[in-house]
Amino acid sequence: MSQLQYFLALVAGGLAAAALAISFAWPLDSAFLLRAFLVFGTISLVRFWLPLGLWLDGALALLGAVALLTGLGIYSPQPPFFWMALVTAWLFAWLFAERLARAIHEGILPDRGFGLLIPTVFGLAILVVWEVVTRGANVPQVILPPPSMIWARIASSVPTLLADFQQTFLKAVLVGYALGCGLGFVVAILIDRSPFLKAGLLPLGNFVSALPIVGVAPIMVMWFGFDFQSKSAVVVIMTFFPMLVNTIAGLNASSLIERDLMRTYAASYWQTLLKLRLPAAAPFIFNALKINSTLALIGAIVAEFFGTPIVGMGFRISTEVGRMNVDMVWAEIAVAAVAGSLFYGVITLIERGVTFWHPSVRGA
Amino acid sequence: MTRTLPILTVLLAIVVLWYLAAIAMNAPWQTDVYKRGGIENVPATQFVLDTWNQEKPVLPAAHQVLTELWNTTVMVAPNKPRSLIFHAWVTFSATGLGFLMGSLLGIGLAVLIVHNDATNRSLMPWIVASQTIPILALAPLIVVIGFNIFTGTLHIPTDPARLMSKAIISAYLSFFPVAVGMVKGLRSPEAIQLDLMRTYNASASQVFWKLRWPGAMPYLFTSLKIGVAASLVGAIVGELPTGAVAGLGARLLAGSYYSQTIQIWSALFAASILAALLVIAVSLVERLVGARMGVRPS
Repeated sequence: MSQLQYFLALVAGGLAAAALAISFAWPLDSAFLLRAFLVFGTISLVRFWLPLGLWLDGALALLGAVALLTGLGIYSPQPPFFWMALVTAWLFAWLFAERLARAIHEGILPDRGFGLLIPTVFGLAILVVWEVVTRGANVPQVILPPPSMIWARIASSVPTLLADFQQTFLKAVLVGYALGCGLGFVVAILIDRSPFLKAGLLPLGNFVSALPIVGVAPIMVMWFGFDFQSKSAVVVIMTFFPMLVNTIAGLNASSLIERDLMRTYAASYWQTLLKLRLPAAAPFIFNALKINSTLALIGAIVAEFFGTPIVGMGFRISTEVGRMNVDMVWAEIAVAAVAGSLFYGVITLIERGVTFWHPSVRGA
Repeated sequence: MTRTLPILTVLLAIVVLWYLAAIAMNAPWQTDVYKRGGIENVPATQFVLDTWNQEKPVLPAAHQVLTELWNTTVMVAPNKPRSLIFHAWVTFSATGLGFLMGSLLGIGLAVLIVHNDATNRSLMPWIVASQTIPILALAPLIVVIGFNIFTGTLHIPTDPARLMSKAIISAYLSFFPVAVGMVKGLRSPEAIQLDLMRTYNASASQVFWKLRWPGAMPYLFTSLKIGVAASLVGAIVGELPTGAVAGLGARLLAGSYYSQTIQIWSALFAASILAALLVIAVSLVERLVGARMGVRPS
C-alpha cells in the first residue's frame, strides 16, 4: 500500500465511522441504505490488519453512489452525515482508481479494458457528485441544473434540438468545413510550385491562426444574410488557414532522397505529387482536419450569436440564457459536445484507415 | 531579406484585391445613390473614389479602416468610451486575468497528472476529449450566470463582476492547451536522463526542478502562445451576450446592430493587433527565459 493509498483508506474509513456515529442522532427507521454504506465503510478499516481486494473499494464506492442518490429525498435540509457520506464515497472511488492504476502499472491487470475503467469511474463520479450536490443543497437550477434535469430536457425537446442540430451542424458546419478545408487544400497545391508564394503565405497563415477570426462573424452576417450561408462563410475563413499551413508543411514532409528516387523513375510532377508527396502529407492533412472539426463547430455557434433565423444551436443558447432556461442551454451544449466528439472521432477513424502505415497508427 | 520580399508582395496583393473587391461590392449602393440624386455621366475615376469613401460601405476600404483606427485611438482621450484603446483595455484586462488563472491551473494540473498515475488515467482522457467540444458555446451561460452570482450572491460591484465572468471563460479556454502541452513537456525528459537523476539519488522534487521543469520550457511557451490567443477569443466572445457595454466584442456587436461596418472592421483590426501584441509578449518572455537558461540562439 502506498502512502497515498494508506492515507485515503484511513480518512475514508474514519469519516465513515464518524458519519455513522453522527447519524444516530436522527431517527433510526430512515435512510437505511445510507447507514448500510457507512457501516460497510467503517468495517473497511479492517484492511489495516486484513488486506481487502481493490474490487471491494469499487463496490463500496458504487454502494455509496446508489445510497446517496436514493437518499436525496429523505431529509430536507440534508443532515451533516449525508455530506460526510458523499465525501466518503468520493474517497472510496478515488482509492479504487488509485489501486486500479497501481495494479495496471504493475501488470497485475491488463491495460486493455481496465485502462478505460478509470476515466469512466471518474466521469460517473463527477455526474453523481453534480446530481447529489445540486439537488441535495438545493442549488437554484438557474445556476446549475442537475444532470437528471438536463437529461429530462433533452428527452422532452428532441424535435427542437434536432432542428437546431440540422441548422447548425448539417448545414452551416458541414458546408463550411468542406468548402474551407477543400479550398485550403487546393490553394496549397496551387502555390506548391512557387517557393516565392509559399514563403509569402506561410508566415501569414501562421500569424492568422493567432487572430480572433470569429470576429468576422458580424461582417459575414451582413454580407450573406441571417441564414446558414453566413455561418458557413465564417467556418470557411476559420478552417482555411490551418488547412493551408498544414498541407504546405505536409507536402514538404517527404525526404529529399525519396524525391530523388521519383526523379530516377522519370516521374512527372503530378506523379510525384500523387504517389509520394500527398500520401506523405496525409498525417499533416488529417491533423488540420481534426483541428478544423472543433474550429468549425465553434465558428458556426458563435456566428449565430450575431443573428440567425429562429433556429440553430448558437441562437438557442443565447436566447435561452436570456430567458434563464438554463437546462435548455445545457441540453444544447450536451448535443454540441456529442456532435463535436463524434465529428472528431469519425475523422480519426478515417485517418486510421488512410494513414495505416504511419508509426503513430501502427504503434497503437 | 529573402523572407520579407515575398511577405510584402503577398500583403500588397491582398491590399490590391481588397480595393478591387471594395469597388465591386460597394458599386450597387453607389449607382443607387447616383440614381436617386439624379446624377448622370459620372466619370469612372469619380465613381471608384466614391465607392471607396462611402459612409456605411458593404466593404470599407483599407484607408477608411485605418482612419477610423487613427481617429478612435490617437485623436480621442483613452478614457472615453469612444476610444478603441479604452475598449481594448477592457478586453485585455479580462484576457490577461483569465490567461493567468488558466495557465496556472493548467500547469498545476499537468504537475499532478505527471506525478500521479491515477490522476493521469482519470483526467487525461477527459481533457483530450474536451478539446473536441465547442467550449466557447458555454460563454453566454458563464457570462450571464457568473455575473448574476458575483453581483447577487457575492455582492461584488458590477465592473469587477463583469471582468471576472469574462476572465473565467478566458481561463477555461487557455487552460486546456496549457495543461496538454505541459503534460507533454514534463514527460519530455528521456528515460536515460531520468536514470541519470536516479544515479544521483535525486529526490522527486529535485528531478522536477532540475530536469522536468527546465525540459518543459519549450512546450510551455508553445502552449502559452496558443493559450493567450484562445484567451483573447474567449474574452471577445464573452462580451457578446447582452449587458456588455465595453470591450472589443461589445464594439463588434454594437457595430453589427447599427450596420457601422467601418466600426466593425476597426474593432476587428484592433483585436488582431492586440492578439499579435500578446503573442509577441509571450515570445519575448520566452526569449528572456531562454537566454537566462543558456539556450543557444538558433
